[in-house]
Amino acid sequence: MGELFEMWVYLSEEPLVWLTLTVGAYALAHRLFVLSREFALLNPVLVAIVLIVTALALTDTDYAVYFDGAQFVHFLLGPATVLLAVPLYAQWQRLRQQWLGLSLALVVGSVTAISSALGIGLLLGLEADTLRSLLPKSATTPIAMGVAQQIGGEPSLTAVFVILTGITGAIAGVPLLRLLGERDADVKGFALGVVAHGIATARAFQHSERAGAYAGLGMGLNAALTALLVPLIAWLFGLY
Amino acid sequence: MIGLIALVLGLQLAGELAARLLQLPVPGPVIGMLLLFAALALRGGTPDGLSRLANGLLSHLALLFVPAGVGVISYIALLAEAWLPITLTLLASTLIGIVATAFTLRLVERVRQRESD
Repeated sequence: MGELFEMWVYLSEEPLVWLTLTVGAYALAHRLFVLSREFALLNPVLVAIVLIVTALALTDTDYAVYFDGAQFVHFLLGPATVLLAVPLYAQWQRLRQQWLGLSLALVVGSVTAISSALGIGLLLGLEADTLRSLLPKSATTPIAMGVAQQIGGEPSLTAVFVILTGITGAIAGVPLLRLLGERDADVKGFALGVVAHGIATARAFQHSERAGAYAGLGMGLNAALTALLVPLIAWLFGLY
Repeated sequence: MIGLIALVLGLQLAGELAARLLQLPVPGPVIGMLLLFAALALRGGTPDGLSRLANGLLSHLALLFVPAGVGVISYIALLAEAWLPITLTLLASTLIGIVATAFTLRLVERVRQRESD
């Protein structure tokens, strides 16, 4: 037992344990998702996060120690963003023909996502500080945190909202649109990317490359638009 | 394959440098993406190896969000006693936003297709 514990003390200091846990938990979560015929609530990101948070709590491990290993996975977000150019280029002819619809849908989606959060939040009695952190939630994490900082919100709270928005969109987006009779991969992908950024874009790529390309485009465009609109809307309502 | 990996990393690096030097409000990897897109458009096609690389990474894009997700969930206590109205607001506004975006795109596409018939 003592030997085993010493081994654990040695290993837990090594990034390899936490890297393996990250990839392993995701592989397991992805397997479950496929085996359940893509049952929405078994979203792989959500399941992997729950598994890892549980493991960290049971072993009393700090996030900083975990991230020493997990950073190798996290780093790949950069190259993955660069590689989004490939599916975008593959769909470029279609995208160009749809520029009007995509532009209008982007503006409507962005304004709706921000103003519905403001309206419902006010209705449910959220405080102004919370609202300021909440409004940029449909942008990607770094942009959303920057906007929150700018209008006097709490960036770390915004990061939580961004992730929760992404997971919500990834879980509920596809079933909801299917329920409303939407079959088109373009429309589903774009709506997921505009409103629920990276995590929902990942969901769209599980659906098809075309849905992923549209989601990636929506995510990028709305990150930029949200950075412009949130300060404006916050200012209009006296929050900024 | 290794050349393509170097290319992708190089474009990300170029993007980071451009973002810093020109003080652009755009993340470096996004500039890298625009550069890669421009390169593909100039070349007039995507090399097979690059398609495979992109497919391999992007089909498991979800994995890449896990480390940040784990970190953020440990901040969930920040929601404190307002967690219920916050969660309801997030849930409702995300779903409303998705439906509004999809509905608009569907509507414009329907009109466009009718006109082109």
